[in-house]
Amino acid sequence: MSNLVEGATGSWEVVIGLEIHAQVSSQSKLFSGAATAFGAEPNSQVSLVDAGMPGMLPVINEMAIEQAVRSGLGLNAKINNYSVFDRKNYFYADLPQGYQISQYLQPIVGEGVVTVELEDGATAHIGIERLHLEQDAGKLIHDQHPRKSHVDLNRSGIALMEIVSKPDMRSAAEAGAYVRKVRAILRYLGTCDGNMEQGSMRADVNVSVRRPGEDLGTRAEIKNVNSIRFMQQAIHYETTRQIDVIEGGGTVDQETRQFDAPTGTTRPMRTKEEAHDYRYFPDPDLLPLEFSDDFVAQIRATLPELPDAKKRRYMDELGLSAHDAAVLVSDRDIALFYEAVSEGRDAKIVANWVQGDLFGQLAKAELDIADSPVSANQLGGLIDLISDQTISGKIAKDVLEIMFESGQDAAAIVAEKGLKQVTDSGAIEGEVDKVIAANPDKVAEFQSGKDKILGWFVGQIMQATKGKANPKMVNQLLRDKLKG
Amino acid sequence: MSVDKATVARIAHLARIGVREEELEPLAAELSGILQWIEQLNEVDTDHVPPMASVHDQALRWRGDVVNDGGKPEDIVANAPDGQKGFFAVPKVIE
Amino acid sequence: MAALTDLGIAQARDLLAKGEMSSRELTAAHVEAMAEASILNAMVTELPEHALTMADASDARRASGTTGSLEGIPLAIKDLFCTKGILTTAGSHILDGFTPPYESTVSANLWQAGAVMLGKTNMDEFAMGSSNETSYFGPVQNPWRREGDNQALVPGGSSGGSATAVAGRFAMGATATDTGGSIRQPAAFTGTVGCKPTYGRCSRWGVVAFASSLDQAGPITRDVRDNAIMLGAMAGYDPKDSTSADVPLPDFEAALSGDIRGLKIGVPKEYVLDGMPGEIEVLWQQGIGWLREAGAEIVDISLPHTKYALPAYYIVAPAEASSNLARYDGVRFGLREEGADLTEMYENTRAAGFGAEVRRRVLIGTYVLSAGYYDAYYLKAQKIRRLIAQDFRDVYETVDAILTPSAPSAAFPFGDKADDPIAMYLNDVFTVPANLAGLPGISVPAGLSAEGLPLGLQILAPAFDEETMFRVAGVVEEAANFTARPEQWWKSPS
Ligand SMILES: [Mg+2]
Ligand SMILES: [Zn+2]
Repeated sequence: MSNLVEGATGSWEVVIGLEIHAQVSSQSKLFSGAATAFGAEPNSQVSLVDAGMPGMLPVINEMAIEQAVRSGLGLNAKINNYSVFDRKNYFYADLPQGYQISQYLQPIVGEGVVTVELEDGATAHIGIERLHLEQDAGKLIHDQHPRKSHVDLNRSGIALMEIVSKPDMRSAAEAGAYVRKVRAILRYLGTCDGNMEQGSMRADVNVSVRRPGEDLGTRAEIKNVNSIRFMQQAIHYETTRQIDVIEGGGTVDQETRQFDAPTGTTRPMRTKEEAHDYRYFPDPDLLPLEFSDDFVAQIRATLPELPDAKKRRYMDELGLSAHDAAVLVSDRDIALFYEAVSEGRDAKIVANWVQGDLFGQLAKAELDIADSPVSANQLGGLIDLISDQTISGKIAKDVLEIMFESGQDAAAIVAEKGLKQVTDSGAIEGEVDKVIAANPDKVAEFQSGKDKILGWFVGQIMQATKGKANPKMVNQLLRDKLKG
Repeated sequence: MSVDKATVARIAHLARIGVREEELEPLAAELSGILQWIEQLNEVDTDHVPPMASVHDQALRWRGDVVNDGGKPEDIVANAPDGQKGFFAVPKVIE
Repeated sequence: MAALTDLGIAQARDLLAKGEMSSRELTAAHVEAMAEASILNAMVTELPEHALTMADASDARRASGTTGSLEGIPLAIKDLFCTKGILTTAGSHILDGFTPPYESTVSANLWQAGAVMLGKTNMDEFAMGSSNETSYFGPVQNPWRREGDNQALVPGGSSGGSATAVAGRFAMGATATDTGGSIRQPAAFTGTVGCKPTYGRCSRWGVVAFASSLDQAGPITRDVRDNAIMLGAMAGYDPKDSTSADVPLPDFEAALSGDIRGLKIGVPKEYVLDGMPGEIEVLWQQGIGWLREAGAEIVDISLPHTKYALPAYYIVAPAEASSNLARYDGVRFGLREEGADLTEMYENTRAAGFGAEVRRRVLIGTYVLSAGYYDAYYLKAQKIRRLIAQDFRDVYETVDAILTPSAPSAAFPFGDKADDPIAMYLNDVFTVPANLAGLPGISVPAGLSAEGLPLGLQILAPAFDEETMFRVAGVVEEAANFTARPEQWWKSPS
């Protein structure tokens, strides 16, 4: 598949690298005992350390270390048993210490690789350059006062994993697939909740263009993009902008840009100033971070089955198609839901119900699977009613809709509404006879070879039985009797 | 290495210390003097010496993931020169 | 009984234990002496009522049968230690009005041991200085004057206020900090005992940071025993400081056996400086003689990278300081000078809030870390630092302690070195190597200069072997029999 973009003067290749900032799932902050919960009162989840008070010192949270190692293992990356925390020095109102504690030359996780699936079923391998731990900054609020910005330090010091990709992506679609895959892996691992609206995951997007086969072009970095859709819009906009600049005889500036959601465009950051000089040096308040191979092995032993392995198993052991398997493993909650329903049931039928009708209902209600009003148990109950021929598949669709609204079990709805399928062959036979007797012309049509008329007969009988007649039995009886 | 006025202005800005134009020249001379004195370190061959950032042999100790701090916003903003409604206020930042 | 302000900590401890005086009496005497000595400018904040309240609480504790190792002893606290609810300035304008809602671990340890706080001592701004002339609150005067001369002298720095409070007999002891000599050099200049323990021995939590990898708290007292007692109360592992050492805390006082027979004492040839006053050399030789007489074996040693310690220090310390002092930005505490925008506010605040020496060091530190210079300066200095630490490791294979002078001169008049930063920096030539290597060192008053000013000898020891350091210091102290004391000229108009 070609990802080339046509400009006025020929084809261009877009080169994309991503720095994903993923908030570590932990109770307390990277270097302090303050809480990390979202949405608290301003400055209520701030320790003296997070506020950069004089004489305050950082002490590292073991959970952040574990989560970083776990994430590194999930990204098939090299774990560094020796790493160093550095200070990245710069002044900003959301940065109380005047530096961010980060990892520069010696990160906790080194190179890795993520396999992503594209729309057309192709796969791409995206390289991971590194993963390092660092502190988040506070938050600036601009709409409270005409001449002032307000600072809330609740986020200050929260542990982030910065996951830096290699410049391996060649389209917005690939970048989207990559972010979705990294998010899925972290969610499977339980190391980041992946909630982009709440800022638990955000990306800096590096975009450049070049003629195919040439060296990398100058890149623009679009900061802090907080949705996949925005990221893809930003990439499209940047691609066009950069091609226009170059084709117009200009050069692309290496600069930091900001995405503007309402217009879908990017613009240079206004706070941009002289080239940054972060004066990184090892943080003298901390010692090097060291752990044993044993520590890594213990974490490795607790890793859950990750999406790639799960997909393979769904295909090999459950006989699902590649597409179905991919959809079901794309998110940890979906996979868990699917596995709960399919336990002891027909894996393919369950797969169809989960990603067919259930997804349809969820999409209509704009709900995540975790918030599904129909539990895995309840969906299983519905499927069981089909399997034991209590209801037909068609009735089941209606039942699911009612379940979705009422939260009732399928069996209760079927009983209450009298939807139990008629499987008494005598009763069905009676209806068949009635219809045949009343429509001799249609019978003649069938017997003259117009097979398709059978469907009309089925419809008549289903109408007469309010859909409850077992369709298989109706078909069989009709065929037998019409052939006469 | 001697530093000139422009360099002093650049590092003063990096350090966010306002320096008046007439202070630049004397500061440049002062800093150059110190840097020149420091450069006697170049007499020492350190090619095969690893840098030492800490005198400790020990590795970093870890604390448990326990929430045992925070919950005192009054303390956090108590010393703020411009504290407003539980926030720190700064001149408006345009991003 | 002698004047209460002449008592040492150990003597006072015994009198308090016997019930021959109360902490209130002892504290009141020091509060009064402190007020009389205000011309020395040793205190940024005097806390007479707070002190008496603490003294009463101590007396009550004693009455109920609980006593700590410093029960009822009035002490002064360097204004670099954050004290809960009490102004803490670090000697800087930029911390204007800063009242920490927290107490440093070291001072909290002292209150836990029963000590009483007299007030906060003046110091060089952010502990950057060797003469106490860089304080925003004005210089501290050394209680000592040259014989027959009324010229004011510097007390050394940066813990000049602490040293003066102890030498002037208005605090029985004082906390101090030492990043490049800031305990030992003022101790030497004021005829007091000052010890910088091993890096990691005292918690840095709640101590305003100057250079994190070098800063270490320690006590200034009038004799070695008091020093050992006070350090024992200050020190200890603190999980809130990642660089705090989780090692057992010995009974330092018990180490003062007076017996150094068989100890090997190193005398480093590199500590003989060109242009050093002859009397310093003489004092050093005297010290060597005392130790030999006491049964120690004197060993000539070499610490070959000594001369590079000071220039390496003037890269490492400013680099760390430039980063540590970034938090003083006018947003969360202290001084703010408004500006048209955020950057201007920062620049105005920091220009107004920092004095000349702090500005100089922040600029140097920023420069040596900046792009293109990091390797040539910062990394180079960190490599030299390893060589210096290795020098000590090598000699401690064969010696138990090292004897050197504490400072290359006696106290000097104000303004003497103010225009020449490097001349000022040379004050710390003998003390800085121990900071770079993280090793313990103590300055003990050992004699008087020809002009009648105190001179100190320094004893260095291996990491976490403060016991040997104190033991040797005790022997030097006894042999020197330093009984001279400054006339209390500030008590009556002279
Ligand atoms: Mg980044
Ligand atoms: Zn980052």
